[in-house]
Amino acid sequence: MSNDGSQPGAGGSDRDPKDVELSARLQRLEKRLGEARDTGKDRTKSSSAGGSDPSAMGKAFRLSTEFIAGIIAGAGLGWGLDNVAGSRPWGMIVMTMLGFGAGIWNVLRASGFVRPPDRPGGDAGTGN
Amino acid sequence: MADPIHQFELKTIATLGKIGGSQIAFTNSSLYMLGAVGLITLFMLWGTSSRAMVPGRIQSMVELCYEFVADTVRSSAGKEGMMFFPLVFSLFMFILVLNLAGMLPYGFTVTSHIIITAAMALLVIGTVVVYGFMKHGMHFLDLFVPKGVHPAMLAILVPIEVISFLSRPISLSVRLFANMLAGHIALKIFAGFIVSLLAAGAWGILSPLPLALTVALTALEMLVAVLQAYVFATLTSIYLHDALHPGH
Repeated sequence: MSNDGSQPGAGGSDRDPKDVELSARLQRLEKRLGEARDTGKDRTKSSSAGGSDPSAMGKAFRLSTEFIAGIIAGAGLGWGLDNVAGSRPWGMIVMTMLGFGAGIWNVLRASGFVRPPDRPGGDAGTGN
Repeated sequence: MADPIHQFELKTIATLGKIGGSQIAFTNSSLYMLGAVGLITLFMLWGTSSRAMVPGRIQSMVELCYEFVADTVRSSAGKEGMMFFPLVFSLFMFILVLNLAGMLPYGFTVTSHIIITAAMALLVIGTVVVYGFMKHGMHFLDLFVPKGVHPAMLAILVPIEVISFLSRPISLSVRLFANMLAGHIALKIFAGFIVSLLAAGAWGILSPLPLALTVALTALEMLVAVLQAYVFATLTSIYLHDALHPGH
């Protein structure tokens, strides 16, 4: 996430050599591109949040589908669990309620009320 | 009045054979998808063929597309996310061209069929899951465990996070499909009002009203067509960010 590339390779010891090579190649390309253009760097940082749709209608559509999708996923999961475990009504009831929770959680996350805590830190040390 | 659903009808152009009981049909949808892939390929090859230092018209259009998607991926998925740039760029261009092709008169809107958008959303989520497990192993499941929460709360929060994750392909596919479907139906209905009003004698005086609305809706639909392709690309990048850094 840190855009200035101050931590090359991100110190990951458990990574594929292919990934390391690819990121090294990308870094070299980035360096060469950075010499050619220095515009647009500050802009990318400001628009990093999830819900940055330009139009209000797009945003409304996005939030409503996030909410509905949570409920559908919960109900579907509950229905599937019922079919597997044979606990006919209960799985679906509980999971649909949890689906409501997940839908609201989706909406809060999509609208930026709950900021994902991993954004600013740039957790390079994934070993924890 | 004209049937507003008629425009979404699949027509079989040729039959390529059978698997089991169901036939493999080459439909107008397949034709549009093939056409879109061909168009994008031509556009990209043409734009990158000259590779001039000072880009020409086509080349600067191609560069604009590249820069736009690259900025999206870089800001949402981080610099490491650029390894998924080909995937995001392909999805973005594919959806964009198909959405815009649907805006042509007599055009067919491929993205108004949920099976298409669901396939693309499942591709994205499949990439996230497969790459996440490949890179982080079981640590990928940290995605479902919010940090800094009392352990007793985890019994509720973990299922909610799992459902929230499962809802992503649904919201991703439903959003694109519903936007295109609803927009095109609205457009068709208002255009149909013009004809019915003109046919209703003196009421024809009112017909400029739906005409104005249809023009406005067409502009809005153009916006939606581009916006939805952008939203799909942005959300893909955000989800890929989770595959790269699952530890919240």
